[in-house]
Amino acid sequence: MGHTQKMRVWRGDAAGGGFVDYDVPVEEGEVVLDAIHRLQATQANDLAVRWNCKAGKCGSCSAEINGKPRLMCMSRLSSYDPDETITVTPMRTFPVIRDLVTDVTFNYEKAREVPSFAPPSDNQGGKFRMNQLDVERSQEFRKCIECFLCQNTCHVVRDHEENKPNFAGPRFLIRYAELDMHPLDTVDRKNTAQEDAGLGYCNITKCCSEVCPENIHITDNGIIPLKERVVDVKYDPVVFIAKKIGLRKDSGRTPVGPAGGGPSPIKHPEKFADS
Amino acid sequence: MTAPTGAHNASHETHDYDVVVIGAGGSGLRAAIAAHESGARTAIVTKSLLGKAHTVMAEGGIAASMGNVWPEDNWQVHFRDTMRGGKMLNNWRMAQLHAQEAPERVWELEEWGALFDRTKDGKISQRDFGGHRYARLAHVGDRTGLEMIRTLQQRAVELGIDVYMECTVTQLLKDGDRIAGTFGYWRETGSFIQLNAPAVIIATGGIGKSFKVTSNSWEYTGDGHALALQAGASLINMEFVQFHPTGMVWPLSVRGLLITESVRGEGGVLRNSDGKRFMFDYITDYFKAETADTEEEADRWYDDHINNRRPPELLPRDEVARAINSEIKAGRGSPHGGVFLDIATRRSAADIHKRLPSMYHQFKELADVDITKDPMEVAPTCHYVMGGVEVDPETQAATVAGLYAVGEASGGMHGSNRLGGNSLSDLIVFGKRAGESAAEYAAKLDRRPAAPAADVANAIAVALKPFDDNGDENAYTVQQELQDVMFSLVGIIRTGAEMEQALAEIEKYKARVKRVTVQGGRAYNPGWHVALDIHNMLTVSEACAKAALERKESRGGHTRDDYPKTDPEWGKINLIVTEENGAISITHKPLPQMPADLAQLFEEAK
Ligand SMILES: Cc1cc2nc3c(=O)[nH]c(=O)nc-3n(C[C@H](O)[C@H](O)[C@H](O)COP(=O)(O)OP(=O)(O)OC[C@H]3O[C@@H](n4cnc5c(N)ncnc54)[C@H](O)[C@@H]3O)c2cc1C
Ligand code: SF4
Ligand code: SF4
Ligand code: FES
Repeated sequence: MGHTQKMRVWRGDAAGGGFVDYDVPVEEGEVVLDAIHRLQATQANDLAVRWNCKAGKCGSCSAEINGKPRLMCMSRLSSYDPDETITVTPMRTFPVIRDLVTDVTFNYEKAREVPSFAPPSDNQGGKFRMNQLDVERSQEFRKCIECFLCQNTCHVVRDHEENKPNFAGPRFLIRYAELDMHPLDTVDRKNTAQEDAGLGYCNITKCCSEVCPENIHITDNGIIPLKERVVDVKYDPVVFIAKKIGLRKDSGRTPVGPAGGGPSPIKHPEKFADS
Repeated sequence: MTAPTGAHNASHETHDYDVVVIGAGGSGLRAAIAAHESGARTAIVTKSLLGKAHTVMAEGGIAASMGNVWPEDNWQVHFRDTMRGGKMLNNWRMAQLHAQEAPERVWELEEWGALFDRTKDGKISQRDFGGHRYARLAHVGDRTGLEMIRTLQQRAVELGIDVYMECTVTQLLKDGDRIAGTFGYWRETGSFIQLNAPAVIIATGGIGKSFKVTSNSWEYTGDGHALALQAGASLINMEFVQFHPTGMVWPLSVRGLLITESVRGEGGVLRNSDGKRFMFDYITDYFKAETADTEEEADRWYDDHINNRRPPELLPRDEVARAINSEIKAGRGSPHGGVFLDIATRRSAADIHKRLPSMYHQFKELADVDITKDPMEVAPTCHYVMGGVEVDPETQAATVAGLYAVGEASGGMHGSNRLGGNSLSDLIVFGKRAGESAAEYAAKLDRRPAAPAADVANAIAVALKPFDDNGDENAYTVQQELQDVMFSLVGIIRTGAEMEQALAEIEKYKARVKRVTVQGGRAYNPGWHVALDIHNMLTVSEACAKAALERKESRGGHTRDDYPKTDPEWGKINLIVTEENGAISITHKPLPQMPADLAQLFEEAK
């Protein structure tokens, strides 16, 4: 059965803004994104919102619903009281562009800083062999849809602009973990994770894991093992000796790509006086 | 290679490249990587953020005859399956290259970090899909597209290829009869941006947003198809639209959302309201020899492909979609107007969780249905367009110098019907080819083409028009009406009279969109974006309806009630769409002749 849904949506841009109240007719089975779309089609044509798949697969429609970081397309209206006003605001950790759309460049810059995957060369004829069990550990992290809800939630950068340059955020810490656990990767990333990605900033509050729509165990399966490996390598005398005689895989080989520096390939609109 | 320079040109920015790729799906990313690796200064332009293109939604897998599960598989079998799935209308050379090169392209993804599910002996696992004789789809659970796009995205970023995201191309620029670049706007600011380049690759995906019930997103407004037509290139096979047999039907808000074919590949069956596995009643003569005719044989097939024939649930998509449609029409449908797709009684809950995790999640979250316990309700949904820019099979060059097209935006490869899994492989096989040939073309030119200033001024005026009109139309309303008309009149079952009616409606919409006015300013204004996209939707809808009206037979993704038979004479003809001064016309073109050694493959198999 349909009803009229009371919605309060943040409207505005970098210069400022505020809440606007709307009454939106909604149908049974709909999600918050449906209500936002109906609002856009009938009452606020210029309401800015991102979405693509409407099925929790692309990670575009992240926002804060009643203060909780969520995907709008996976938030059913039936999980709220029909008389309740649903408040939708943009993700707080990123600069707002307009309405519900934020500037998530931070994440694309951090992605570029991760030293790239470096497999043994030559897979001609599909020579690589990997065990299902071994690939599953990294596969968990590769489920990430880059919704950046974890990045938005992590207190290290939420309201702490000053930490952003030194901290990659949970999404990219699990990218390090993913590569570290990748059966074919030949680069040792523990030091870069610690020194460049700011692994040490994380104090394992697990807030990131709680908001992950893909239910990735960001902290338990990603960050904590990575931290343990960093500690191990730093203090384990056996590893230290092995390193000296060249038995371990961290051969010091220079990864291709971003670690080598260079300007970011992500382009932005140029600013003109007249626009 | 020097870094591209940014220059201010009146009130918009311009940059110079050798190759500009429009689109950051699998095909665009693969093309950009190839162009970059061939030495071209390359840019990618995309309407969404990087990593959000349609490719991310692909579920089932990538078709490639690696033979990891069935050593009997090889490119010839894949080629034959692809051609038969397309009812022999495919460009044979594209189908051949695709079948031959797909395995190497998949292994290459592995070298770039992709982690596919494995077989017991550690190779890439392969799963069954409709129309494929052997288990052939490399996959990662049911999120294969995510794996592909992330792998390619990470590769492109590592290589430092320039990416213009949330940037929409509205026109192709030309210098005489050659391509000179692209013109468009930044969604964030609404400011204009011109990319000068002798070679442009269209990788913009499909047109499904013009249909009411669809698995496609807001991006699928057929921009690339329309841009190419306007630039003087031709489209091919536009009458063929794939309706995927299994879209969600309930709740209404998710109507059309895709349920992957892997559900059937993994053993799921279709039943009507009487509980009957009705697909056995719909085995056409064309596929009789290779399809099981009893439930027992069909069920044995999952473990033994050699001594048993495939279950009819795994017939090509056009066949299954028509069957479901007939059952619903005959009154044997499910409560919400679909049929039942049952995996719960066929596989253990643990298997379902492992093999179909995102389907489980999707139904649990969006429909309150536990697919390990209850059947799903499904009905056909608009999914894929076989038609696209007509290209050279080897180079992906369109009929305009400097223009290339790849992926869903290109046509010919899939004939009248695409097999599942053949799109993702198509993206990477032809993405590489397109990138390399565009780079080579750009390198060989002795003079950089330059677009006349007047054309750029015109592009600006066209883009700004919705702001200065005092019209009374809402672009969202026209869009919704068009979607209704296309779905009901040019949908899964068509008739001449209905398509004529659709074309008459489209004429009216064309007049109405001239009166569209947008609210608000230029910065991130979706109302404005829709007001511009709607023109492309109308162009592709007209192209589709006109081609469909012309083809007086039924074949693959084109079924006519008034011409229900497949006609061998029409099997020799492709329909080509061109546009001149805004008028769309259709011409006949004979199919290219398949060489004898390939034709032989179809003889042997009979
Ligand atoms: C739900 C679903 C499941 C699927 N599952 C499978 C499967 O299992 N196997 C399979 O083989 N196929 C599958 N397909 C089909 C396949 O995913 C698509 O055909 C394929 O991903 C299209 O890729 P593409 O590179 O051509 O375009 P896309 O990935 O759609 O990318 C198009 C790009 O073009 C950009 N673009 C468009 N217009 C403009 C413009 N005007 N200016 C700038 N940029 C523009 C977009 O922003 C986007 O980046 C599935 C499709 C869907 C919808
Ligand atoms: S566990 Fe670490 S990364 Fe996650 S939210 Fe807490 S501090 Fe941030
Ligand atoms: S880890 Fe989870 S929350 Fe973070 S970006 Fe990925 S999917 Fe989103
Ligand atoms: S729209 Fe794709 S995750 Fe919500």
